[in-house]
Amino acid sequence: MQRFARETLFHGTTAVCALICAAIVVTIFAFLAYFSIPLLEDGRLISILSRSWRPFQGNFGILPMIAGSLCLSLSAMVLAYPLALGICFFAHGVGPRIPGKIILALVHFMTSIPTVVYGFVAVFLLIPTLRTTLIRGSGFSWLAASLTLAVLILPTIVLFIHTQFSLIEPRITQTTCALGMTTSQRLFAVTMPLSSRGLFAAAILGFGRAMGDTMIPLMLTGNAPLMPLSPLESLRTMTAHIALVVATDSQGAAYQSLFACGIILFLITFAINLGLRWLEKAARYTEGGV
Amino acid sequence: MARKGSAVHGRGSMKHLLFRAAIVLAWVSSLLLVLVIGYLIFFLLLRGLPTLGTDLFFGDTPAWAALSGQMPVWEGIWPACVGTLALIFMSAGISIPLGISGGIYLAEYGRGKSKHLLTFFIDVLAGTPSILMGLLGFAAILFIRNVFGIQARTNLLLASLCLAFLVLPYIIKGTQMALEGVPDALRMTGFGLGMTRAQTIIHLLLPGAAKGIFSGIILALGRAAEDTAVILLTGVVANGGIPRGLSDKFEALPFHIYYLSAEYQNPQELSQAFGTALVLLCMTSLLFISAHFIHNQLEKRWK
Repeated sequence: MQRFARETLFHGTTAVCALICAAIVVTIFAFLAYFSIPLLEDGRLISILSRSWRPFQGNFGILPMIAGSLCLSLSAMVLAYPLALGICFFAHGVGPRIPGKIILALVHFMTSIPTVVYGFVAVFLLIPTLRTTLIRGSGFSWLAASLTLAVLILPTIVLFIHTQFSLIEPRITQTTCALGMTTSQRLFAVTMPLSSRGLFAAAILGFGRAMGDTMIPLMLTGNAPLMPLSPLESLRTMTAHIALVVATDSQGAAYQSLFACGIILFLITFAINLGLRWLEKAARYTEGGV
Repeated sequence: MARKGSAVHGRGSMKHLLFRAAIVLAWVSSLLLVLVIGYLIFFLLLRGLPTLGTDLFFGDTPAWAALSGQMPVWEGIWPACVGTLALIFMSAGISIPLGISGGIYLAEYGRGKSKHLLTFFIDVLAGTPSILMGLLGFAAILFIRNVFGIQARTNLLLASLCLAFLVLPYIIKGTQMALEGVPDALRMTGFGLGMTRAQTIIHLLLPGAAKGIFSGIILALGRAAEDTAVILLTGVVANGGIPRGLSDKFEALPFHIYYLSAEYQNPQELSQAFGTALVLLCMTSLLFISAHFIHNQLEKRWK
């Protein structure tokens, strides 16, 4: 009997711990919602979603930050994705075996480099270079941030694509060799089409990672709350906006914009997860079909 | 016929060009990666190595007096080191028990719909931007102030809690994968010996999966050490000295780097920033290398 009680206790404890994880997600959403509810009153929503952020005149529009986040993450993705694909080609047969392994080890190692270190080095290497070549102003710009962010999200994309390729390659290598295909023919004609959903998922994952990062945009974009129009100019992301508003310790409507940014970020993350899950399900379905 | 032939030939050469381009892309991107990361590390070593020494950590304070806590450190990064270590240990203390039990549930007990739903929540938590985890802590303090009227403020305990939530999904996933990687024969052995499910898990499966769980934990610790966004919203300060208690504000290495990169006053402070960046990089890469060392040993063992 005691044995049974202990068994139930153990089972129950583990279940509670797993539930806590779910509870944290719900709590985040509840807090964000609780603090953004005042926005739904008397047309404040429209003013929050307006284009201008001038706290001293009572304008708390966060549209520039939403646009900033989207533009920066997309541009970082566009820069990082082809590089990631190239690195995966290199590791899967285009490059020699040993260098391919070294490159993968290096990509693994990159995941351990702190974000703030990337940002720090970019402030002292990239920004001065940009200042003397392309940009006449301070050098802190969309371009600087997107270049650095591309390096930051590269490992996420590479490792995901690499996993996909590693699942497919062992099954097809012998056949493609027997057909006399070259490495690049194999990659283009067989491996990539077979992992098309994985390739798409890698892009979504990288985009999510870029969207969620705070330190790179905070340190490198210049943080001007303006609509992003040119890569050589400053912008402000939602993540950096949250960090800045908390740091300046302002009151009232500025705080509400903080939680509005928070809830938008949360919903985007949630949507990304739903999308990835859907892709995974679809992939399993087709594989069952084959 | 001839035209058709040439069209086919044209498409063939287009494809040929594409294959060529892919090979060029592969080599160029790999070289670029090596150059960028190599230059990054070279630059950090070049500017950071000369600053390493007791001066960097303790400033003018004698090292022994600083370590034993007799004299406060004003110039060095010692308080930031202590802050970061405190954050790592406290968030580990919270997240490891929670994470391992959660992982056990998912690997051994969870079935069907409930497991599916829990996995989804854990994935969402893993994908949640770290700034939102900081915002959770910040909102909690605001909530306590508004609703209970207590003059609460952000502090070390709150930051550790938020960091623990941030790394929790990594530990859960690590534990789950390690347990699922244990051969079924071991599970059968437990049942064959008349052990209950809990006994099998505690005495056979957990020791069997220990290395995998351990390497997952180390990776999570590295994540807790480097994250800046969470502590930015939950009570980090630039000059707070060594925290005297759980409800105190604190310093931390990643924030110190961020702060100095924006607000350095003189060349000394700048070179201190390089030293700090190097110290933090060494810390996270040591954690990373040990995690992989353990992981590789594990793979050999089950083969």
